[in-house]
Amino acid sequence: MFFKVLGATGLALAIGKRTSAKSASKSEVEFNGVLYDSTRCVGCRTCEYECATAHGLPAPTDKIEAVRKTDETCNTVVNTFQTSKGEVFIKRQCMHCNEPACGAACLTQAMHKNETGAVTWNGDKCMGCRYCMVSCPYDIPKFEFHNTNPKIQKCDMCFDRQTKGEKPTCVTNCPNDALMYGKRRDLIKEARRRIYEKPDLYNDHIYGEHEVGGTGWLYLSPVPFEELGMNTTLQQSSYPALTKGFLYSVPSVDLLLPPLLLGIYAATKNNHSKEEENE
Amino acid sequence: MNNSAYTVAKAKENKFDWQFLFSELKPKGKWLTPFNIISIPIILLGIGLIVIRYWLGLGSITNLTQEVPWGLWIGFDVVTGVAFAGGAYVVTFMVYILNMKNYHSIVRVTVLNGFLAYAFYTGALLLDLGRPWHVINPMIGNSFGASSVLFLVAWHFVLYMLAELIEFSPAIAEWLGSRRAHKILSGMTIAAVIFGITLSSLHQSGLGALYLMAKDKIHPLWYSEFIPVLFLVSSIFAGLSMVIFEGTISHKVFFNRINDKTERAQNGIIHGLSKICAVTMFAYLVLQFVVFIHGHNWGYINSPMGYWFLLEMIGFVLIPMMLFFYSYRTANIFTIRLAAILTMIGVVMNRLNVTIIGFRWDAAIRYVPSWMEIVVTLAVIFTEIWVFRWIINRMPVLGDSPSWAKENK
Repeated sequence: MFFKVLGATGLALAIGKRTSAKSASKSEVEFNGVLYDSTRCVGCRTCEYECATAHGLPAPTDKIEAVRKTDETCNTVVNTFQTSKGEVFIKRQCMHCNEPACGAACLTQAMHKNETGAVTWNGDKCMGCRYCMVSCPYDIPKFEFHNTNPKIQKCDMCFDRQTKGEKPTCVTNCPNDALMYGKRRDLIKEARRRIYEKPDLYNDHIYGEHEVGGTGWLYLSPVPFEELGMNTTLQQSSYPALTKGFLYSVPSVDLLLPPLLLGIYAATKNNHSKEEENE
Repeated sequence: MNNSAYTVAKAKENKFDWQFLFSELKPKGKWLTPFNIISIPIILLGIGLIVIRYWLGLGSITNLTQEVPWGLWIGFDVVTGVAFAGGAYVVTFMVYILNMKNYHSIVRVTVLNGFLAYAFYTGALLLDLGRPWHVINPMIGNSFGASSVLFLVAWHFVLYMLAELIEFSPAIAEWLGSRRAHKILSGMTIAAVIFGITLSSLHQSGLGALYLMAKDKIHPLWYSEFIPVLFLVSSIFAGLSMVIFEGTISHKVFFNRINDKTERAQNGIIHGLSKICAVTMFAYLVLQFVVFIHGHNWGYINSPMGYWFLLEMIGFVLIPMMLFFYSYRTANIFTIRLAAILTMIGVVMNRLNVTIIGFRWDAAIRYVPSWMEIVVTLAVIFTEIWVFRWIINRMPVLGDSPSWAKENK
């Protein structure tokens, strides 16, 4: 509350104004995303192999276990879960949030949400503080702890292909159309249509539509997402908003506290004799 | 003519002290030996480990994982260390802004302590950075991440270190016998103090705000949207407890550098500080209680983490608070010191609970710092004490300024 009041003051100040104007213009960009339909996924892991090849990473291991996680050598994994509706596969990678926590956390703008929708990492800016990893609600950025020139590894939604107008390599190579690339708004429409047409097949929830303020990757599943190891308790609003109150209070404190202190200084100084203050 | 004489004298004195450094670093008397016997091997081992860290990567000596990317070096060295350095902004506020003159004798040593804490613990941050050669990026303007709490903390750190250096610089000028510099630097003190307090209030709370986005990772008993306020309030009594503790040690160790007046004032100062500690700790407890109720946290109390939380709040906040109140009333210096130590333990617990112990508390494999991380941390602390000792033994920090400095206004 304290920070919210201060934040309101800060908003009125020039710096706050600029920040809010910037975020307003940003929200008008229409991001690309990917719709992943786990009812169509057969767990072939072609996406994993193609991703590794495209990003120059080692080939994935053969075994498929329930709880593999992405790591510094692997940007995406397909896991299998025994659920109330039988075996279901689920692909995991960076969610490419609309308002990514990692991007807000980064003090050098090395983590950046591009206008194509991809959240990418820039090694020329990153100082390796790993605050992105602390902030990411999905634990996606991975750090090369055993490298003297460590990089942050994560899915970049094939940003270089995107800029050439191509689809991400996992989408292009999926043999069963489980992945669909497009404007996020169109993907949500498509997901709704699928749920509407086959209500028995789908669980009525598009994961990523609202989670953490909306993500670039959207998920459809036959079962509730808890059964697939997805975190469904995450807040429905953006993560960077958690620090906004504090950030907006900074300019007001920086500008209002010094005159206040100066006033107290002047007031108490006059009460004393001509003793010297500074030593 | 006078000027050139000063310059020569200054250069001479400067040179003399640098030569002196090496002889002074050796054990000087009986009281030095045990500390040196412990600290020298640890510092040497720490240097060796740092070499390995840059040679083979962070993973070679730390137990950090992909899920727990910040460990002891951030949670203790930076977050806890900076809380203890909070004494500098509180004491400068009291002495320069509120004009509480009777605390004047502890200003320099507190500011020096604060400055060294910042210099060393944020310096230790460079060990933790994976790509330290880019550390300048957020400063030089090609990549301002202005939406980042860490960006603000970094800037406030750097500016605050500058402010503290200016606050302390008259002592350096007195040591070097540079009258003109002394005059200029003394004139900058008030400005430095005002900006120092402002910057402090923001980065003390900013260190808490760093963890706001780790909402789902920190145990609910330690996570709330009020972490920044709690960190700010607790830095007041953390810093003052450090002042009491450090004053106790300094007065034993550096008795030859202290004049009689200061010696007599010391008990009165400790007495006064105990009251401030007690009151701020009371405010902190009330805040913690409000946050606890506001967060509907009763359900977590009957669990191991809940007991741990109660131990922190009762054993290391409530009890030292009552001790401070009690010893303020009875003017018992011994119990004030005891309370200060308990308070410091409580602050360490609190910062580690947010940053390490409560962070990913539900993970299957917990992060436990490796012995090598602990050795590097100890090496940093010991090196800081070495530098502290070196400065105390040379500059007018605990004792009187030279007589010319008092007239040189």
